[in-house]
Amino acid sequence: MAVCIAVIAKENYPLYIRSVPTQNELKFHYTVHTSLDVVEEKISAVGKSLGDQRELYLGLLYPTEDYKMFRKLHNSFTDVMCNPFHNPGDTIQSKAFDGIVSGMMVQTG
Amino acid sequence: MDQESGAASAGSFISLNEHEQRYYSGLHSLCQADTSGKLSSSKVAELFKASQLPPESLHKVTEVCGAKRLGYFGTPQFYVALKLLAATQSGLPVRLESVTANLPLPRFVGLKNEPEMRYSTVPPGIEGQGAQCGAAPGSVSWTPAERSTFRHLEASVEKKEPWSPPRSPCSSPPRSPLTYRSYPYTKQRNGADAQMTYESKQSSRPIIQLEQHSSPNNYGTKSTVEHPAMARASSAERLAQQGAVDDSEDDPWRITEEQLEYYTNQFKSLQPDLGALILGAVAKNFFTKSKLPIPELSHIWELSDVDRDGALTFSEFCTAFHLIVARKNGYPLPESLPPTLQPGFMQQEEDIPDTPESAEPLIVFEDAEPRPSQMDRSILERIQPSLPTTKQDMKEEPRKQDAGLKRMTTSQDKQTLQLGAFPERPEPPHDLDPQMRTKTRPRSYSSTSIEDAMKKAEEPPTPPPRPQKTHSRASSLDLNKLFQQGTPGIKSGWLPPPPALPPRPSTSQVSHFINTSEKTPQNKVQQPNFADFSHFREEEESSVKPEEQGLRSRFGPSTEDLTNASKQEVIGVCHSQAPQKPVRRKYHPESQSQETAPPPAMSFPPPSKPAQKLLSRQKREIQMAIRKNKETNAVLTRLNSELQQQLKVVHQERVTLESQLELLRPLAST
Repeated sequence: MAVCIAVIAKENYPLYIRSVPTQNELKFHYTVHTSLDVVEEKISAVGKSLGDQRELYLGLLYPTEDYKMFRKLHNSFTDVMCNPFHNPGDTIQSKAFDGIVSGMMVQTG
Repeated sequence: MDQESGAASAGSFISLNEHEQRYYSGLHSLCQADTSGKLSSSKVAELFKASQLPPESLHKVTEVCGAKRLGYFGTPQFYVALKLLAATQSGLPVRLESVTANLPLPRFVGLKNEPEMRYSTVPPGIEGQGAQCGAAPGSVSWTPAERSTFRHLEASVEKKEPWSPPRSPCSSPPRSPLTYRSYPYTKQRNGADAQMTYESKQSSRPIIQLEQHSSPNNYGTKSTVEHPAMARASSAERLAQQGAVDDSEDDPWRITEEQLEYYTNQFKSLQPDLGALILGAVAKNFFTKSKLPIPELSHIWELSDVDRDGALTFSEFCTAFHLIVARKNGYPLPESLPPTLQPGFMQQEEDIPDTPESAEPLIVFEDAEPRPSQMDRSILERIQPSLPTTKQDMKEEPRKQDAGLKRMTTSQDKQTLQLGAFPERPEPPHDLDPQMRTKTRPRSYSSTSIEDAMKKAEEPPTPPPRPQKTHSRASSLDLNKLFQQGTPGIKSGWLPPPPALPPRPSTSQVSHFINTSEKTPQNKVQQPNFADFSHFREEEESSVKPEEQGLRSRFGPSTEDLTNASKQEVIGVCHSQAPQKPVRRKYHPESQSQETAPPPAMSFPPPSKPAQKLLSRQKREIQMAIRKNKETNAVLTRLNSELQQQLKVVHQERVTLESQLELLRPLAST
């Protein structure tokens, strides 16, 4: 379903990025960064309430179809983060995470 | 394998005898044929390399068998190729005609899985004997007894034999020392096992079982020649008895009793309560000692932390430890958790020793199959370099004694450290006798296990203090902000110290001066002397203006010195000054030293003031002291309110975080 999935760290570098290889990867990377701008805009609009952050993310996505996707992604992301062997600044190397992402990517065969 | 009988290549029909059939089918499975019947070219290449023939011959073989033309190795091509390899090894030219000759089985060196082992140096005669037992003449000093044992085993338990290909971690993950020692032995063993497995494969029994058995057997074999034989016999017997469902013994992913004990001890060293969790940080430090690369440890964590809570329960810990041991022994890490390692399994084992094993082997095989064959070769290579022989020796001894015992994970002293041993374990854990244990453990541990064991024994040292990011805020709130906000406030409060009055302390007051210098400047006790003291104080303050904090410090320690009323005031001030105490104390000696300095200076001023002037002055001073006290009070009140506010903010944040956590919890569980 997804064509490109990326996890961006706080410092604006990608912890994990993968796109369906048949497409233009660079274009997707740019899109990812522009989407970050949208996120940032929404964050600043919400205010300082920390509790809303999570809802914000869930609401940013088109809640109809992508909600599940994001939730899955977020779950696997938290699993990766919970791994004590994972340093927070490293790229995500978890195979389980890769597996889930692959499952969510467009299956072009 | 129907193809065995008719391996046609380029139109020639090749007939294979029984042994060849078995051998080739084993090799065939080793090479991981995919659904279309094509064999993995990498596997085939490995196999060819293992035959130790020159590359030209291999090319020729490839060409002759038809694979080159086809571009891949189908089963017929593969079989023809094997025949050709055998022919070439026997010295015959690489031609199709050669395959029709009655050839010995091709020999492959370094091929973990089954066939080569057994056949590596098997002369044709042995084949006739059912050399499948793996009488690798050259490398392994198979005793005739072993061979016969193997034959017997074969007869009784075909499946049981550790067949090489499915041996998942087999080759490499020696149960530690055992494997090392007998690397050549193991090869032979594997050969024997392979033979057995081949037979078993052909049997109706599920191959899976075979594989399972074989893999543990493989482990066992590696350690000692004799032992494996015994183990096999025992395992075979057991299989026969159990109905070949007892894959646990052979399953490298099954935790044996000894291993369980060891894990338990390690867990206790980290966390005395077996029912509690080991935190992720603690576990990280512990497992980092095993010196596995971090990505692998990360993967192991992912596999073992089933409930994804960032901490390890006892069963999760055992799983992780087991995986680490297996990995250290050379077993490749599985992509998913083997059923025997799942947290619920251990309890099952205790409750229903037999049934879970029967059910699980099948599953394990599916997981293990693809891996083992790949791993075997690499594992062998890996194992070879690092094989201390000490453990093997140790294991050999008990094994020798165990002639007839089943292979059980041994719980020998040093072997307790070898966690990788998965040799067939007796189904009921409690059935493990020390004897059995010693016997069955042989193959499991790699040579490094002892080292690992030692390391692991030393492993759980107190974890280094972890940076606690979450606390940073608190600390910053408490200390930094307080100091930042408090001190300026207080300083500002103290800033307007009383104007410097000419010091006119009477000599009698000098003694008091020292005492009262510590008092708050606002201590306007109604006592007449106090006014004089305030003089001193003011002077001091003016002289010590930069040490406003010092004044505050005086408040704290100087309560005793104050008179009653002043004491009360001071106490009140001191409480508010609590966060400043350390600062105060620092200043205290300074202030004291400074105070001592001025007093002598002050003593000089003429003590002989007119009484009336003193009175008026006292009044003024009292008033000033009152004012200062009020200012101080105001400052302190402000500080107090600010702190209260910060406290509220922190509370709110905490509540927010907790609510977030609550919200995330159901998400994590979904």
